[in-house]
Amino acid sequence: MHHLVVDEWSRRPGWLQQRDPRAKLVVLLTYLVCVSTMRELTPPALVALTVPLAAGLVLGKLPVSGVAARAMLVLPFAGPVALAAWLGGQPAQGLSLLVRAFLSAAAVLVVAGATPMPLLLRGLEGLGAPSFLVLVVQFLHRYLFVLSEQAQHMRLAALSRGAGHGRARRRRALWRAAGGALAVLFARSHARAAAIHRAMLARGYRSAIPSLAHMKMGVPDWWLAAAGVILIAGLRTVLALGS
Amino acid sequence: MHIPDGLLSPGIWVGTWAASAAAVGLAARRAQRELDESRVPLLGVMGAFVFAAQMVNFPLGFGSSGHLVGSVLLAVTLGPAPAIVVMTAILLVQALVFQDGGVLALGANVFNMAVAGLLAGYLPWALAGGARLRSIALVVGGFVSVMVSGGLAVAELALSGVAIPPLLAWSAAGLFALNGLLEGLLTLAVVRALAVVQPGAVRTAATAGRTMVALGGAALVLATGLVAIASEAPDVFDSLAERTGIADRARALILTPLAEYRLAWAPDSWWGQAAAGLSGLIVMYAVGVALARIFAKRRSA
Amino acid sequence: MESLIRVRNLRFRYEDGTSALDGVNFDLYPGETVALLGPNGSGKTTFMLHLNGLLRGEGEVMVCGLPVDKANLEEIRRRVGLLFQDPDEQLFMPTVLEDVAFGPLCQGWNPADAQARALRALSQVGMEGAAGKAPYHLSAGEKRRVALAAVLATEPEVLLLDEPTTYLDPPGQSELLRLLEGLPQAKILVTHDTWFAEAIATRAAFFQRGRIVAEGSVAELRHRFGWAARLLPRACGRD
Repeated sequence: MHHLVVDEWSRRPGWLQQRDPRAKLVVLLTYLVCVSTMRELTPPALVALTVPLAAGLVLGKLPVSGVAARAMLVLPFAGPVALAAWLGGQPAQGLSLLVRAFLSAAAVLVVAGATPMPLLLRGLEGLGAPSFLVLVVQFLHRYLFVLSEQAQHMRLAALSRGAGHGRARRRRALWRAAGGALAVLFARSHARAAAIHRAMLARGYRSAIPSLAHMKMGVPDWWLAAAGVILIAGLRTVLALGS
Repeated sequence: MHIPDGLLSPGIWVGTWAASAAAVGLAARRAQRELDESRVPLLGVMGAFVFAAQMVNFPLGFGSSGHLVGSVLLAVTLGPAPAIVVMTAILLVQALVFQDGGVLALGANVFNMAVAGLLAGYLPWALAGGARLRSIALVVGGFVSVMVSGGLAVAELALSGVAIPPLLAWSAAGLFALNGLLEGLLTLAVVRALAVVQPGAVRTAATAGRTMVALGGAALVLATGLVAIASEAPDVFDSLAERTGIADRARALILTPLAEYRLAWAPDSWWGQAAAGLSGLIVMYAVGVALARIFAKRRSA
Repeated sequence: MESLIRVRNLRFRYEDGTSALDGVNFDLYPGETVALLGPNGSGKTTFMLHLNGLLRGEGEVMVCGLPVDKANLEEIRRRVGLLFQDPDEQLFMPTVLEDVAFGPLCQGWNPADAQARALRALSQVGMEGAAGKAPYHLSAGEKRRVALAAVLATEPEVLLLDEPTTYLDPPGQSELLRLLEGLPQAKILVTHDTWFAEAIATRAAFFQRGRIVAEGSVAELRHRFGWAARLLPRACGRD
């Protein structure tokens, strides 16, 4: 499964995995901004823009084919848009749209593949995201797979009872069943949330959810942030001047 | 509907990032006031529920399938401010973990789906009185939330300079309409079933303040306005404008500064475009809020 | 000997008025392991939830000499550890280490000390290698052990265990048994698994309709109430 694969990458012993998430996010944002502001992509510009990605892959011990394959997930959305541009008489724009989408997705994958989600969230919080929101994402992520499995089981149970093979008359029953199934999942989710709250209380929770980590930017982290931002911004300036 | 990176122009993604950050920040603060931190697990689990619910696909015909988006369902069960936080959390996870939607485009996606779409979809519920109206409100709300999110997304792409030929625009509109209908009907089905499985899960609209009505109305106006501006073949709007006459001048007033998309003192730089984008959004939003306030006042008077 | 837990005439009603506990008297002494047996809905788990203040009923509940009321909740919850039936509800933090450190952090230990306590608790259950893992990477047995570590991290004097063998395969059950036997805390155990109860409990209490109707050894209560899974005639002779 996609998320499990990326999660496994984030636990590899690469240099990039050890770095402070804030540094990685800052470099990622710089790269995304640079790619997004490129109006047209000449072949040398394209090559130049893949260099930071390649560096990320090496430093994070990430698989090239894996990252490239998963970056292609953007194609179902970007594809029709590019096609429309082509049909509208602007093939170059269409192609550069596709390439920009692909490069951006690959960059996000590099950072996600080098940072486990809990750390990534703390990085976001460190960069200014509201802590209430970050806490909600934390719990969402924790129970995402638990609930998805529950939904899968319910779906399998429904399928084994003949759902999905209906005529028009049965379709209404299918709708009601779907609504009912979702409501049951909703109620179970609510019950689970209540149980989690009880578990928190039982271990002494009063009003604030505590956190263990105190992140500190070490020397290699500052190097990453500085080098990443300067090199990528410099690259962008050079490309801008050259065009 | 999740816009990936690389398609939007700087003006748009900076403007929407700023608008989203402000909206979500406000919603988070309000949600924290309404429910303290002990409710965070509930919000997280509800987000996971929506995620899981989105895995269930419903065939729509023509070979496409849709799924529950969930913003209206979340809004009527948790309240609009917490719902905005939960939808934002969902979009964050989708962008970072599943590469569904870009990171720079997150500003736009959050604005379209978690803020504007959610508030516009909540509006009918907030206005609905009796029980039968509530059922209709859920279907209409679900439909509106998808149309508003989709319309904003297409408008943002068009304003970013992406060529959107009429065929693509109309098929997108058609798909949104189908998905919107699915959303409305599913939301109603779930809320109906909840009345049996977990009564009390759905909050009554009595607690919805006038602010929410104003914001919801603003979102609707914003979406319509942006789509109108961005659309290249506004036959309907053109004929309307011709008939009324005044609309012509109004359109010119609004269209000219935005269409050229620059500010006098910062002509060609990308941050000039960004500032223009943001100010355009703010103007439209203010107009929307003012209109909705007037409407809400008239209704309660 | 002073009882660690002392319950006199505990009554509790649900919101809809049905009576869940109808006058329960109970004592727990240091070093004991008491098994609570009885049919579903007889009030065993409801009773247990009163012992750390998650539920509040009428009557007297004293834990480690303190009455269970708002002022003492913090101290009581430090001294009484509750292991929930579903480990997924108990392990709610993103990583194992953060979860096990949650209790000490709430108690007020600074992050460094809390982390040290968490690691110590993890090594008590043999899971120190899992510190950085996310809970969904663990098997049911591993999750159970981490949940136990999370409870042990606050160094409680009493352990409450709600159906601890749920989701565990036979080797997992033996492993849990071995772990629990090595812990000095007094324990109360709600279970349907009479094999497990007999292996670990020093005495037992039988719940029926919100009251304790009998006390004795697990074997005694089993025979008195016929509290065992019925075997087919062919397999008879084992019981």
